[in-house]
Amino acid sequence: MTQQTSDSTKAAQHGHEHGFPWQYVLGYVFSLILTIVPLWLVVNHVISMSPLTWAILGCAVLQIVVQLFMFMHFTDSDGGGPAYHVFTITNGLLVAGLFVFASLWIMSFHFQVS
Amino acid sequence: MSATVGNANDAHGHGDIHVDYPERPIQYQTEDGALKIAGFWIFLATDVVLFSCLFATFVVLRTHTAGGPSGHTLFDVKGFSEETFILLTSSFTGGLATFEMARKKKFRVIGWLIVTALLGMSFVGLEVSEFVNNVSIGATAQQSAFLSAFYTLVGTHGCHVSVGIIWMTCVMIQVAMRGVTPITARKVFMVNLYWHFLDVVWVFLFTVVYLMGVM
Repeated sequence: MTQQTSDSTKAAQHGHEHGFPWQYVLGYVFSLILTIVPLWLVVNHVISMSPLTWAILGCAVLQIVVQLFMFMHFTDSDGGGPAYHVFTITNGLLVAGLFVFASLWIMSFHFQVS
Repeated sequence: MSATVGNANDAHGHGDIHVDYPERPIQYQTEDGALKIAGFWIFLATDVVLFSCLFATFVVLRTHTAGGPSGHTLFDVKGFSEETFILLTSSFTGGLATFEMARKKKFRVIGWLIVTALLGMSFVGLEVSEFVNNVSIGATAQQSAFLSAFYTLVGTHGCHVSVGIIWMTCVMIQVAMRGVTPITARKVFMVNLYWHFLDVVWVFLFTVVYLMGVM
């Protein structure tokens, strides 16, 4: 049974019809920048500890977003309906964030217990 | 409307592949392919949860060095930067393999997969030499909680990469033998999803373990 090709699939196919892999090259360049910047910030002791931590974490999150969308075609559906896997991965990421954050939080009470 | 397409690249003439959705991108053209790729995304979500547990353990135990070496003493900026750029580049070249797969360029797919796997092998080689070096100076997994957590987290990622290299080699052989069909395209797509995911995990590893270790 045929289904209408969704817009996101058309976009993916259109991207592939171009002779040049723009998505991947741009994704690579952005990822390189988002790797070099935190590396440079840390190695050169440019800013103090706390803002530095946020800066490098911010770059990491941005780089992951870049890679999810530009390498992994995160929101491209299979052509048969919505990109259901977005929900699955978002769920996984929320659980992951919770595990890490909640572990840090609960362990921060160490001075209150014997 | 479904169609049956002969596998033009199949020299052995094994059965035709039943294409359910010829208008879709090649990896989704069989019902089976679309379902398996969706299932693989679910697996990746579980792998994210796995790594999050290891990350949570590491960040809680990062200061528990038991008088032994800390990240500051152990981590070599040049070493982990090389690993990072190698893995990032391999993720890029894997993406190029997917790009060529969509255009059904069999030899380019195999070529880019070979480059990706070779970069992956150099990544693993660098990581193994890093671990061997650490152990030789007494920074074993038994030394401290920090080191146990470090080896478990980074080692699990390294094992994932190693398995990925083996998997990628199997996929390249299949593409070489059968060409780019809806089935081999699905396999190329999935192994590259796995590989991109591993680089995503490494971005966090690089930031949280190595960069914060040497800050």
